[in-house]
Amino acid sequence: MTAEAGAHATLRAVTRTYPGARPVHALGPIDLDLMRGEFFSVVGPSGCGKSTLLDVLAGLSEPTSGEITFEGKPVRGVPDGIGVVFQEDASFPWLSVRDNVAFGLRRMGTDPAEITRRVDYAIGFMGLKDFAHSYPAQLSGGMRQRVCIARTLVLQPRLILLDEPFGALDQQTRLLMGDELLRLWRETSATVLLITHALDEAAMLSDRVGVMSARPGVFIDLVQTNWPRDRDSRIVAEAEFGAVTGRLWGSLRAESMKAIGRAG
Amino acid sequence: MTRLFDSLAIVAGILLLWTGVFEYAGDSAITGPLQTFRFAANLLGRADFWQHAQATLSAFGYALAISAVAGIALGLILGLHRFSGDVAEPMLASLYTIPKVTLYPLMLLVFGLGVSAKVAFGVIHGMIPVILFTLSAVKNIPQVLLRTAKALHLTPMQTATHLLAPAVLPEIISGLRIGFALTFLGVLIGEMFASQRGLGFLIINGINSHDVKRTTAVILIVITASVAANGALLALDRRAHH
Amino acid sequence: MTREGWTRLGLVAAGIAALEALCRTKVIKPLTLVPPSRMVHDLAGLLIAGDIFDDIGQTAIEVGGAFFLAIVLGVLMGAAIQATPRLRRAVAPVLASWYAVPSFVFYPLLVALFGLSTSPLIAIGVLSATPAMVVATIGGLDRVPRVLLRAARIHRLTAAQTLWLITLPSALPSLFTGLKLSFAYAFIGVIAGEFILSGGGIGYGIAYAYESFETPKMYALMLLVLIVAVGVNGALHAWEGRLLQRRQR
Ligand SMILES: Nc1ncnc2c1ncn2[C@@H]1O[C@H](COP(=O)(O)OP(=O)(O)O)[C@@H](O)[C@H]1O
Ligand SMILES: [Mg+2]
Repeated sequence: MTAEAGAHATLRAVTRTYPGARPVHALGPIDLDLMRGEFFSVVGPSGCGKSTLLDVLAGLSEPTSGEITFEGKPVRGVPDGIGVVFQEDASFPWLSVRDNVAFGLRRMGTDPAEITRRVDYAIGFMGLKDFAHSYPAQLSGGMRQRVCIARTLVLQPRLILLDEPFGALDQQTRLLMGDELLRLWRETSATVLLITHALDEAAMLSDRVGVMSARPGVFIDLVQTNWPRDRDSRIVAEAEFGAVTGRLWGSLRAESMKAIGRAG
Repeated sequence: MTRLFDSLAIVAGILLLWTGVFEYAGDSAITGPLQTFRFAANLLGRADFWQHAQATLSAFGYALAISAVAGIALGLILGLHRFSGDVAEPMLASLYTIPKVTLYPLMLLVFGLGVSAKVAFGVIHGMIPVILFTLSAVKNIPQVLLRTAKALHLTPMQTATHLLAPAVLPEIISGLRIGFALTFLGVLIGEMFASQRGLGFLIINGINSHDVKRTTAVILIVITASVAANGALLALDRRAHH
Repeated sequence: MTREGWTRLGLVAAGIAALEALCRTKVIKPLTLVPPSRMVHDLAGLLIAGDIFDDIGQTAIEVGGAFFLAIVLGVLMGAAIQATPRLRRAVAPVLASWYAVPSFVFYPLLVALFGLSTSPLIAIGVLSATPAMVVATIGGLDRVPRVLLRAARIHRLTAAQTLWLITLPSALPSLFTGLKLSFAYAFIGVIAGEFILSGGGIGYGIAYAYESFETPKMYALMLLVLIVAVGVNGALHAWEGRLLQRRQR
């Protein structure tokens, strides 16, 4: 297959160094083609540059060197059609769940009836129906993260970037949220880039998983899974799943040790 | 280096503003910086000035002791007893909003002319912030600290000295810093009306007799002392807050 | 109303009743304090007669003007200082020791600068009240979560939209603290200025009544000051509660 043809977003020799008295080379060089409609996950030790990768891809910060394109156009600033769910809680505490979810549509001047329809759908989809009139302060961390996902999803982005969105959840809820994410991905046919530190999450959800080295993060392994498009969390019981997580951990183990300060 | 430069720039800015005001308003309203410094130095060398300063400082000492001790005690009680604290906090905030200078006739009637009225003025100005800061410090002690104390089998005394005191001390020091400045202000105001002695009396007397030179110099001395003391307490405060 | 609210009301009522009893039984001499009922009666009389409307009007203009100017200046200066770390480091000591300066001693100077009118009193109010608003603005802007600003950029908001939809609501709790303090300082500064040195306004009215031995009028005006202080403070408190209650974490 020709790489460029189906590529939705591309990164070419992308690096990012945080300037300062002691500059931090956080990322790269990174080369990656995100295929249209694929579910791609990034795993890597903490502090390796995963959030930095998301930042430059979303146009929130400029790469120090290299070139990024989205839908064929170079990324300068935040492009239209990209949605981001941040690692931190980004719900607006002064707005109700409903108003949080409707935030983006209201800015775009969408027709009110259409807003109601899409917001209702997104709230229902994320299981927030009973909390539509609650405020983020009254919700748990996981619920707030769902509000943020709904707020992103309602805008029907063509590329969705998620930065450890389930970090605050327990393992069972995490698996179920993973199912919902898969359902969302299937129904919207969006391209998804998921950053996670959970190997099983990456293995179960993704078409491809990129394994990053310790800082400065570069891809040291790209693992292709061969799951059907209508998969769900029950694949964790399959032998092949064990093989994928095993390979991921094999690539990651030495890097994780570096990250916690021991020689690989 | 840039820090020193910036600080000097601020001082220069203040002196420039002062000079500008002096040039504009003339010496019937204010004296220029140089003249004021000279006169202030002269004042500082005179015995009668120090008698007034002495009067202010002793009244301030009493008032500060009362503000601090009673303020911390009340703050601790209100902070520990949650309901009382919730009842009292808005009332104290409202009391803080009252222009206390209007109470001076009442103070005069109750305490008469002299030291006790000045002290009372200092206390009504300075005590409320001490209470409020102490109250919120105690109220905001993390519950997990108290549970830790239980888990470690600390005695109540050990809990108080090793956990509670360090937890509330920084906020109490902030409260005392503000209480310190406001008590001083209160004593000065008391002296302006309820006394024939003290720096506050010198100021109001200077204003009433249009002795601009003396008034400006006394005000300069008072502000410098107040700001310097505040700076020292601020440094202490910063250290307590790490 | 909450249990705390009722308790407060009960305490205030009990205090007033006790004072009333002490005054009526002459434990507190009538020369020292008139009974609260008498204060209310006298104040009502003054308000009906309309004699003090001029004073009230003058004080209202001064306090209102000073409060308004302090808010505008405080927010603008606070935003400028917060955006400039170097400026911030330089002016921090000035801001932190401002309240230690008795601003009303500048009254004669302000009269020389602005002339004898309401302006010097407004200036005293502004001098007293602005730093609180500056500090609150800096604190509020410091506390805007960075992730919310990033969310704003993902939503491709303009600078003005970000300010109005993200920055302002995020800074609101701190700004409210500033509003309450600024009002208190503007009110205290203006009344104190009137009381000490001016020829009009409620503060002056109290001083004048005291000097001309009109004790009942003096207490009626003191009551008025008390009512305004508690009333405005309570109103701001209630408004703040309504706006912020839902977002308490
Ligand atoms: N604004 C910044 N300035 C300086 N260094 C930063 C900044 N943001 C992140 N870093 C550093 O860059 C590295 C990568 O950060 P990040 O992308 O957040 O890692 P991850 O998301 O993988 O945990 C870390 O070492 C972090 O300390
Ligand atoms: Mg991260």
